[in-house]
Amino acid sequence: MKGNEALAEAAIRAGADAYFGYPITPQSEVIEYLMRENPVDRTGMQVLQAESEIAAINMVYGAAGCGKRVMTSSSSPGVSLKMEGISYIAGAELPCVLVNVVRAGPGLGTIQPSQSDYFQAVKGGGHGDYKMIVLAPATVQESVDYVKLGFELAFKYRNPVMILSDGIIGQMMEKVELFEQQPRSKEEPEWATVGKKEGRDSVIVTSLQLQSEEQEKVNLRLQSKYREVEKNEVMYETYNCEDAEYLFAAFGSCARITRKAMEMARKKGIKVGLIRPQTLYPFPVDAISELSERMKGILTVEMNAGQMVEDVRLAVNGKTPVEHFGRFGGVIPSPEEILEALEQKIIGG
Amino acid sequence: MSENTIKNPENLVYEKTSVMTDRVLHYCPGCGHGTAHRMLAEVIDELGIQGDTIGVAPVGCSVLAYYYFDVDMQEAAHGRAPAVATGIKRVLPEKYVFTYQGDGDLAAIGTAETIHACNRGENILVVFINNGIYGMTGGQMAPTTLEGMKSSTSPRGRDVKTMGNPLKITELLAQLPGTYFVTRQSVHTPANVRKTKKALKKALEYQKLDKGTCFVEVVANCPSGWKMTPVQSNKWMEENMFPYYPLGDIKVPEK
Repeated sequence: MKGNEALAEAAIRAGADAYFGYPITPQSEVIEYLMRENPVDRTGMQVLQAESEIAAINMVYGAAGCGKRVMTSSSSPGVSLKMEGISYIAGAELPCVLVNVVRAGPGLGTIQPSQSDYFQAVKGGGHGDYKMIVLAPATVQESVDYVKLGFELAFKYRNPVMILSDGIIGQMMEKVELFEQQPRSKEEPEWATVGKKEGRDSVIVTSLQLQSEEQEKVNLRLQSKYREVEKNEVMYETYNCEDAEYLFAAFGSCARITRKAMEMARKKGIKVGLIRPQTLYPFPVDAISELSERMKGILTVEMNAGQMVEDVRLAVNGKTPVEHFGRFGGVIPSPEEILEALEQKIIGG
Repeated sequence: MSENTIKNPENLVYEKTSVMTDRVLHYCPGCGHGTAHRMLAEVIDELGIQGDTIGVAPVGCSVLAYYYFDVDMQEAAHGRAPAVATGIKRVLPEKYVFTYQGDGDLAAIGTAETIHACNRGENILVVFINNGIYGMTGGQMAPTTLEGMKSSTSPRGRDVKTMGNPLKITELLAQLPGTYFVTRQSVHTPANVRKTKKALKKALEYQKLDKGTCFVEVVANCPSGWKMTPVQSNKWMEENMFPYYPLGDIKVPEK
């Protein structure tokens, strides 16, 4: 299946109650598939094309505030527009799954794939101290699985979950194993606006506290939630790290290309491994810190000008040199140039 | 007559609806918000839909509306209430959904959300309080500020050549096929209060029948923002606001 269509099918199968979106290349196939499939007939799932990404994310807010499973998707410029709403969703502690099929920027940039929204996804993007849980699929299969996982994490922590995909994964076709249809939930969480029941106070979904002390309490509660997420939800994969002297760090589609570079390096006798964070927030800080103790150097490979490299450096904390290699603007790096960067920047450096 | 005599049950002629909480309203003395809140709450009470109503509060003076309505409510980002209400109504179509918005929220920053919710004919009630000024942020010019009207960002009066014209958004929305009932009312006299209440009730009854968007504008005063006493502000409203924003039904269902 095509990556974007697989995301859409996964949303239906994950028991989503609603999808609100706005077309943008390279992810329009998500809403096109949903409109074609008409899931209201299959599961009762609602699908609506909003007038803008801003409206779409606020529809997500409204439906998520009713305790429903809601998804939206977009690509970089559209995700920038959604950032206001995402901040409100994080502040009001509402669960939802957001997909960014990243294209190159800044501005309109180009419709070609990129990983240049790492900072926006991981460090905030919208205003205020908040975190999204950020899942980085490298395959169409992972895109599908992360929709289901995304809803589970979103409801476990009452927090927005972002699937940080890119134009490669969104547009390519791969074999995929779809999970079974999950039933739509009939639960009415106690924090959801479903109509005031006898004997309970009215439910208010808000991110507003006029008193500083009250707002600080909200911030502290969010921070303690984020510490739990960091403790429980880190996911990553390592390849050939047992005997490695050097380490690649890469995520998403770029990790697949880097893996090829790793195999080429191994054939040349260079002992290099790879760590692929599957969660970008929470970041695999401990794993990278431990690995760095026995590495002569680490190269992050990203389709951006150097974003995840900052988190790798923080995790390594000076224990070994960390360099970055990137192609950007929609250009995809080749395994050959990644290997060359390893030899020049790390081994020869 | 002593206070106790007045409080005797047999002398009771009017009481606060239970759909309003006991919290003290934060609105300025003489402001129309309190009355508009109360009329909507009374209608929800009379229709017996307190447990089936979900409201959306805006950003502006009524940002804390959820403290006063004893119904489940969501607080929207500035201007986004119609989109939030759309999200709610699409997943809970059997509930009554309303937004309560001011002029800056609805007719400036949220124009797109307002027009498109109305254009889709979302089956919701939009209550629009138009006092021609940004009250909460301290009296800046609103999209509905009248020509020549002074505000902190139009200190020499609104110059329509450079600042644009006061926006008759309600007439504009009435053009859209998605709107079913569009009316403009006020709450500055007992007769007008009754008309507003009647309009709100009709709107919620139409929502039950899945008729499309119902839009109730309430032209209101802002004594603090206009720098007038409540009485002066009501007189000024009659003399200046009503000629530009005439009261009455703008779009009524065809018989």
